[in-house]
Parts: sequence; C-alpha cells; structure tokens
Amino acid sequence: MKMELIQPFINAADAVLAQGLQCSMSIGNLSMEAEAYRRKGIAALIWVTGDIEGRIILDLDPETAVRVASKFAGTELPETDSLVRETVFELANQVIGNAVTVLNNEGFHFRVHPPVLHTSDDGPKSSEDTEALVICFETGIGEVFMNIALRYGQSHRSEHAAAVGQ
Amino acid sequence: MEQFVPVKRSKDGQPVRYLVVDDSVFARKNLARMIETFGGQLCGEAGDGMSAITEYDRTNPDIVLMDITMPQMEGIEAAEKIVQKHPEARVVMVSSVGYQENIVAALQRGARHFVQKPVKPEVLYEVIKYVMGDDGTVANSATAGV
Repeated sequence: MKMELIQPFINAADAVLAQGLQCSMSIGNLSMEAEAYRRKGIAALIWVTGDIEGRIILDLDPETAVRVASKFAGTELPETDSLVRETVFELANQVIGNAVTVLNNEGFHFRVHPPVLHTSDDGPKSSEDTEALVICFETGIGEVFMNIALRYGQSHRSEHAAAVGQ
Repeated sequence: MEQFVPVKRSKDGQPVRYLVVDDSVFARKNLARMIETFGGQLCGEAGDGMSAITEYDRTNPDIVLMDITMPQMEGIEAAEKIVQKHPEARVVMVSSVGYQENIVAALQRGARHFVQKPVKPEVLYEVIKYVMGDDGTVANSATAGV
C-alpha cells in the first residue's frame, strides 16, 4: 500500500482529533496486518470506490468512545447513549472527508460511502494487494485506532499497466 | 465554548434564525451549540435534502447550514432546489469533503459559502457575518438588549 494514499488519512485524523478533543496527541503503534482486523469497541467502517478502493475503520474502545463523545457533547454521556455511536461515525466522516479532499485535489477521483457500524469482531481480511495498516493515535483521553486497507482501483491499475507496457 | 458578540437581523434586531441540515445527529447538535454562542436561534432541523426543502418552506430561516453527503437527496441538489424557489435563501454548505469541484458545484448551484468540517466556530461566525451582509448586524455588547 502506497504511503501517498495513507498519509492524507493520518494527517486528517491527527487534525480532526486534535481540534475536536483539544488535547495533546501522538501517533503510537503502527503495524501492518495480514490477518483479519480485531475490533476494539465502537467502530465505523467506510468504503471507498473509484481510482482508490478499499475501506477505513475508525475504532474506539467503549470507554474511550464515551469520553470522546462526552467531550464533544460538553456533558457526561452514558455508554448507552446513541450520541456515542453518532460521534464515532461523524469523526470517521470528518477524517475521511478531509483526506478525500486532499487526494481529490491531487487528481484521484473516488466515491466515499456513508459509514456503517462495524459489528463483527473481525474486520474484512487483508488480501494479496490490499494490506491493512493499523495506526493507533494516543490522545489524552484514550486510544483511537484507524485501520486502513486501500489499493488503486481497477481503472488506475489498467492505466498503470498500460504505461508500464509502453 | 467561546461566546461571540451576537449577530442579529438588521430589520428587527431579532436573533438570526437557522435551519441545520445534516444526517448526523452529532453534527446537528454541534452546530446548534455554535449557533447558540453566536446569539442565533435554531428554527428547524433536517436529516436529508428532501426534508430540508420542506423545513425551509415551513420555517423560512435566515440561514441554512447544509451538509453535502446525505441520504435521499444530497445537499447540493437540495440547495439548488431551495434557491430556485427562494432566490433570497442564504445557504452555507458545511461538509468534510471540501475539494475544489465540490465547492465550485455548490456555489454554481446557489450556495453562498462553504465551510469545511471539522467546523471552527470562529470561521463559521465570520462566514455568517459575511453571508448576512447588510441584513445582519453585530450587536455591540454595550448596546445589546437596549
């Protein structure tokens, strides 16, 4: 997986989380995963299709999700509050929207699908040409995980193959 | 959250009335809190473009804050339909997807401005003042409430 595809997502997550949470943040563990992704808690999954295709998962353990949602809401929320899930969804939307903006302005065209709740314990498995990168953002109120599995879309691969073949 | 000097309507000194359109409850609540700090009044909410058109007709807001990616009807199409029917409508697009084509499409189809998420209150406040233009006035704290 090319770093040029990943970096905008890391930058966007860094910016969105730092602004929203108003606390210090650092990028912790970064790992490649060949096996299926193990969900940590409340996870929003967003698919992208087009010049770039794959999926991104934003995942927070339940306690961190409640703390993050409470911070945004400006009041203590119970774990059962639907706003907790909504917050994770909107954060995922913002991170991916910001990254897509950068990639789109660089000439990549693709569609972002609405977030869905990722409920299974395992994520979609990585494949031969779609390794998953897991990044842990250590915020002052807990860890936020982002799992990215992206590859160039069929149209981009065909163009690349044609260029190489010339 | 930071408090801003209230923006009022020039014609009657009443708070600016906002319609907030976003499929995310979280995003709507977040914008509603910001509106409160601007001294504004939330007059309606909608979770998709179709409902936004109905809500506009019902509430006749001063400003619409409209997301782009939504179910049923996307924000740019809804903005266009609202402006076609109400040329005076002030629609501000608020979206995390802020690439050039999207912004140009929104402005060409009737939106007055674009704000990228995550929304910074100070940025939205300036946009509101700009979009209200002469129809809005920033109430001086010394004279506010007089």
